[in-house]
Amino acid sequence: MIIQFICRAILLGVPLLYGSTGEIITEKSGHLNLGIPGIMYVGAISGVVGSFIYENSCNNDIAQMNAFLAVIIPLLCAIAGSVIMGLIYCFLTVTLHANQNVTGLALTTLGIGLGNFLGASLINITKSELPSIALTKTSSFFATKLPFADKLGWFGELFFSHDFLTYLAIAVAIISAIVLNKTRVGLNLRSVGENPATADAAGINVIRYRYVATCIGSAVAGIGGLQYVMSYASGVWSNNAFGDRGWMAIALVIFALWKPSFAIVGSFVFGALCNANNYIQGLGTETQELFKMLPYVVTIIVLVITSMRKKREHQPPANLGLNYFREER
Amino acid sequence: MATQPAIELKNITKKFGKVVANKNVNLTANRGEILSILGENGSGKTTLMNMISGIYFPDEGEIRIDGKEALIASPKDAFDYKIGMIHQHFKLVDVFSAAENIVLGIEDGKYNLKKSTDDIKRISAQYGFNLDTEKKIYTMSVSEKQTVEIIKVLYRGADILILDEPTAVLTPQETEKLFDILRRMRDDGKCIIIITHKLHEVLSLSDKVAVLRKGEYIGTVNTAETNESELTEMMVGKKIDLNIERSVPENTEDRLVVNSITCVDRVGTTVLDNVSFTAKSGEILGIAGIAGSGQRELLESIAGLQRLEYGDIFYFDPQTGKKESLRDKTPMQIRNMGVRLSFVPEDRLGMGLVGNMDIVDNMMLRSYSKGRSFFLKRKPPKDLAMKIINDLEVVTPSANTPVRRLSGGNVQKVLVGREIAASPTVLMVAYPVRGLDINSSYMIYNLLNEQKKQGVAIIFVGEDLDVLVELCDRIMVIGSGKINGIVDGRTTTKEEIGLLMTKSDSDGKENDNG
Repeated sequence: MIIQFICRAILLGVPLLYGSTGEIITEKSGHLNLGIPGIMYVGAISGVVGSFIYENSCNNDIAQMNAFLAVIIPLLCAIAGSVIMGLIYCFLTVTLHANQNVTGLALTTLGIGLGNFLGASLINITKSELPSIALTKTSSFFATKLPFADKLGWFGELFFSHDFLTYLAIAVAIISAIVLNKTRVGLNLRSVGENPATADAAGINVIRYRYVATCIGSAVAGIGGLQYVMSYASGVWSNNAFGDRGWMAIALVIFALWKPSFAIVGSFVFGALCNANNYIQGLGTETQELFKMLPYVVTIIVLVITSMRKKREHQPPANLGLNYFREER
Repeated sequence: MATQPAIELKNITKKFGKVVANKNVNLTANRGEILSILGENGSGKTTLMNMISGIYFPDEGEIRIDGKEALIASPKDAFDYKIGMIHQHFKLVDVFSAAENIVLGIEDGKYNLKKSTDDIKRISAQYGFNLDTEKKIYTMSVSEKQTVEIIKVLYRGADILILDEPTAVLTPQETEKLFDILRRMRDDGKCIIIITHKLHEVLSLSDKVAVLRKGEYIGTVNTAETNESELTEMMVGKKIDLNIERSVPENTEDRLVVNSITCVDRVGTTVLDNVSFTAKSGEILGIAGIAGSGQRELLESIAGLQRLEYGDIFYFDPQTGKKESLRDKTPMQIRNMGVRLSFVPEDRLGMGLVGNMDIVDNMMLRSYSKGRSFFLKRKPPKDLAMKIINDLEVVTPSANTPVRRLSGGNVQKVLVGREIAASPTVLMVAYPVRGLDINSSYMIYNLLNEQKKQGVAIIFVGEDLDVLVELCDRIMVIGSGKINGIVDGRTTTKEEIGLLMTKSDSDGKENDNG
């Protein structure tokens, strides 16, 4: 029961971990990308479209499908879709100096609209009776578990029973943490988010760092969207099922104090909080809704505590949300 | 090595839109020499230096380094030519340590902070700096931050150093220390360019002085062969009198009595600790101290913007002679009693003016509540705006130009002018001449002196100690929220004030002879 609860929390937490790792990378460059929910949504639908085409090209026969291609095609599609969104964001904010909040919110609206449009189109093509597309074959490739997981009892279930995207998420978060804190690239990136004028004067290409960080961040977040469809929803896409996970990922960034390593733990805590209502007996529907607020309540508590502590290292990048223009006087 | 030109500027022109910041500037700086660039605010000193350091790109003209034409399109190019600039507003990342800031942006193979730290320590020792490489910038004093900036450019191997108003924020002792280091660098064969508008520093430090006026190059003179009044004339274009006329205070009476006030900021740090003093009518009380020692909080307490933890502030009404406590008054009530605050913060706009509004609207910010009708009356504030523009020679296309578009000095004139126009009984001014040119500065000093003669109690928070000792009747020195001493402006010296500023403990209260 407890093992099951934890595994479920991890499963729920992984899309958030991708989303928040991506957003942390983005925010470290000074970009407050509120388009993350839309970008994750586009990542998800791009992956779905990719795997849909691949499944069809194999006549929907699992025997004809190559495991590697079945995984890599949706993954690359998801990355491509979300990077395009990231590029739009950068073009608007860096090149055209548009307001970051407005741009981000517009991208969220755009992404969800686009996702629903493509989703509905695919449902239309399949002439499905249900308002959803099932890509269970592709999903089964994603769900390949480590072979020895079953042999190790609860220990195996807890640590080795997850799909590879879960491990990838943790790996990405750890790598991000190392890159951010231990390398020159990380130092440069953080300086761009803290004080772009300083970074610029130090010879760092602020524009390039912002573009690259935002696109990488978007790609990571987009994989989170795909992971949700393929692993959590077992390959079933239905419009709007993704819910408010994108916003939760942004809340998680604050919860994790802009540290990818904290985000790993944080995502599982959030996963557990999201899921707690299912494990507490005798809740009415209205109290269940109350429980769904828990991640946000916790985020607010973290905000209250960190702003009371006022430790500078726990604050957001100083130039978060501000555009940089060199010759401004 | 000596007198070999390190950098030459030929016919440099730079425009921002229609504004010409630099026009046909020709300038030469030699190795083993300290060159001062002197000029009033807005004369294009900083713009010129920004072109050398790659922040801006000149529209016309060429830059030659070591006799060869150089193309400096970005800060990175500037580093490649071994040019290092120490900006007036430090370009440091607050949450990084000193070492991280110093290595920032350098691409030299493997990233190894430990090895870099050793190199930094070596450079520090070579020139006599004292630096804790692990210390985070946001915990540092201004002078420490400046040290980081200087080591930063030295670490990159710069041999042409440009310093933009390096002493504006330093105490006299710190300034002397900096000058010693600069002289040591000069003797080391480096070319040092220092931007300033403090004449006595130019004379004591530099070998040559280049003067700019309104974006144009006026000429270069050898420091040894010139004097203050000649330089001023070159700078301003006409002779001006550099003496502040300080009249003896007459009929002084207590106007404001601050009685052991203590303030605590949001984090719980004590920002004002048991501060007591009296401001008298017809007198200028100067406040000196390192930036951030509680000057702002002190003025805000009087203006009613800061909550007092302990203590009280009493105001003596000049008409009725009644004694009133300001403790429970709202800022609006305090203002109506005639207590005026004009605080010029570092970004100049801050809490005084609204940048996107024009001069007339900014006048109205202080007077709109007097209106009786539903609609605003724009005539009186318009008249006031025109009066300030004329009297204080504010350079603006019109009274309807957004304040943000004016140059810093003009913004300050508008702010100070507005507060004085309200005929206050207590006038608090903080850094009113920050970044102003000589002419405007003296205009503001004269305005303050006029107010003093009319019996206004003036509290003047200043940065330039030379001005404080020339202008103020009494000078109160504060350090970390405590009063370190109150001295007589006529008998004290800069050095005495400088020592009081850095005095750490609370043993300064006994010489409170106010």
